[in-house]
Amino acid sequence: MADALLSVKGATKWFGALAATDGVGLDLYPGEIHALIGPNGAGKTTLIHQITGELTPDEGSIHFRGRDITRLPVHRRAGLGLARTYQITNIFEGFSVLENVSLAVQARSGHSFRFWRRAATIRELYEPGMAVLDLVGLADWADRPAASLSHGDQRKVAIAMALAMNPEVLLLDEPLAGMGPRSARDLIEVLDGLRGTHALLLVEHDMDAVFSLADRISVLVYGRIIASGRPEAIREDQAVMEAYLGEGEEAVGALETVLEKGTTCSH
Amino acid sequence: MKEDFRFGKRHGAFLFVMLMLAAIPFMGEPFYVRLASRILIYGLCALSLDLILGYGGMVSLGHAAFLGVGAYTTGILFHNGVQSAWIVWSAAVGISGAAALVIGAISLRTTGVYFIMITLAFAQMIFYFCASLEAYGGDDGMAMWSRNTFGGGLDLDSPVRLYYLILVALAVAFFLSRRLVDSRFGRVIRGIRENEGRMRSIGYPTFQYKLVLFVISGAAAGFAGVLLANLNGYISPALIHWTRSGEILVMVILGGMGTLIGPILGAACLLLAEEILSGFTQHWMIFLGPLLILVVLFGRGGLVGLATRGRYRG
Repeated sequence: MADALLSVKGATKWFGALAATDGVGLDLYPGEIHALIGPNGAGKTTLIHQITGELTPDEGSIHFRGRDITRLPVHRRAGLGLARTYQITNIFEGFSVLENVSLAVQARSGHSFRFWRRAATIRELYEPGMAVLDLVGLADWADRPAASLSHGDQRKVAIAMALAMNPEVLLLDEPLAGMGPRSARDLIEVLDGLRGTHALLLVEHDMDAVFSLADRISVLVYGRIIASGRPEAIREDQAVMEAYLGEGEEAVGALETVLEKGTTCSH
Repeated sequence: MKEDFRFGKRHGAFLFVMLMLAAIPFMGEPFYVRLASRILIYGLCALSLDLILGYGGMVSLGHAAFLGVGAYTTGILFHNGVQSAWIVWSAAVGISGAAALVIGAISLRTTGVYFIMITLAFAQMIFYFCASLEAYGGDDGMAMWSRNTFGGGLDLDSPVRLYYLILVALAVAFFLSRRLVDSRFGRVIRGIRENEGRMRSIGYPTFQYKLVLFVISGAAAGFAGVLLANLNGYISPALIHWTRSGEILVMVILGGMGTLIGPILGAACLLLAEEILSGFTQHWMIFLGPLLILVVLFGRGGLVGLATRGRYRG
């Protein structure tokens, strides 16, 4: 196998006496969709925070393209090609949809100590922005204030912003949360289309989406990776079943439904 | 989208206001020229504060410090025989910019209430420093009995000439600020105001952008200080007192944060109210206080907000 693009080694983060992530190891290879699943509070978001630099691991290291980025500030990591979306919709509500995306394009096109030309008239900013909006199906909404969009469309704006950064790695924290079934289906299609050109780390509770998209799945429970492998292998993993049994009826039901579907939804 | 110029309502309004202001000296009343000069200078100072407050989201309670640094640079150079506007003005703008660089580099590491406190503390330090300059009048300040000159017989001793210079300076500052807030830099600044964490996660070193804006703002306020020293012919520590910073803050909030015209309107309202009400009583603040409360309660977005209810503000 090729070298890992992103490699997390032994990442441990303490919140008081609780290890939110406990020696987590995870590799993300170029072009793959790697799903990270696990019950609520397992440490998935905490892990993403450590990868992006919003939190620094107490132990362990994070390497990106072979370079140690464990102590690098957030904006430098973003500049290297790490983009993320948030569990809670996190966009610039006072900006238009296109401005949101153009701001992300601008971040990757050199410094912004440019005081003269009007940002809205700069083709190199709005054209790539429009291209990304086209991809997620929001081109018609480009000039609307971001705050006026529906919840699902705002989540698409957030993903468009991440894509507009032209990243190599996308860290998606529950991109489908709170989306209607139709929006979700559209978005799954978009994510599927990124396979091969982007490496995706996908945190998601929608098991249908996870098993239909993922090339590999890692399962995080109480801060530890208890299983990692191809979807078929995870589906049959005893430890995973047991971990989800502690989750209550609903989650188990969801997982079982997926497991019963067998090979129909795997790639 | 080509950047073509169309003469619109805004330009018409701007031209109209400029003509009105340019007509003031023709009223033949020196008092009005002097009052208008003061209003425009404070308008410039409030405009510079609004760049960091309204667009950058940084609540500074020490903006008078830069006004004071500009004025004191002018006064100190005058007392050392330097009257050339070219030298004095570049020195004043440079020194107030440098002061903003130092103050900003330290205070921008904090946010919210701590930022307010630390900018206030720096301003008070400068206040006491200036008040202790015995060679330059200490507590009482110093007089400046002639204004800066441009050489070649061009001086500012005529109040009307000074007034027109102030008017042009404010118009230029207004235009440059317009470009700044619409530029890529300005877009980054507005992004930081809305959501600094998100700006970092899409790759912006936000601290650097805030610091550069703080320096621009401080330098512009320093220039307002230069003009004020020339207008008053007198420079005292009262310029830097924290109540002065408070007044500038009130001008911005009263007029409308995050707009360019708001701070200038706010300066005009506050200074005119002071002028009119202080004719009746020296406790004129008693009347102004409730007015301010009403504007803040009912006119979100200040006077500009009241005037443009629901419509786009820029």
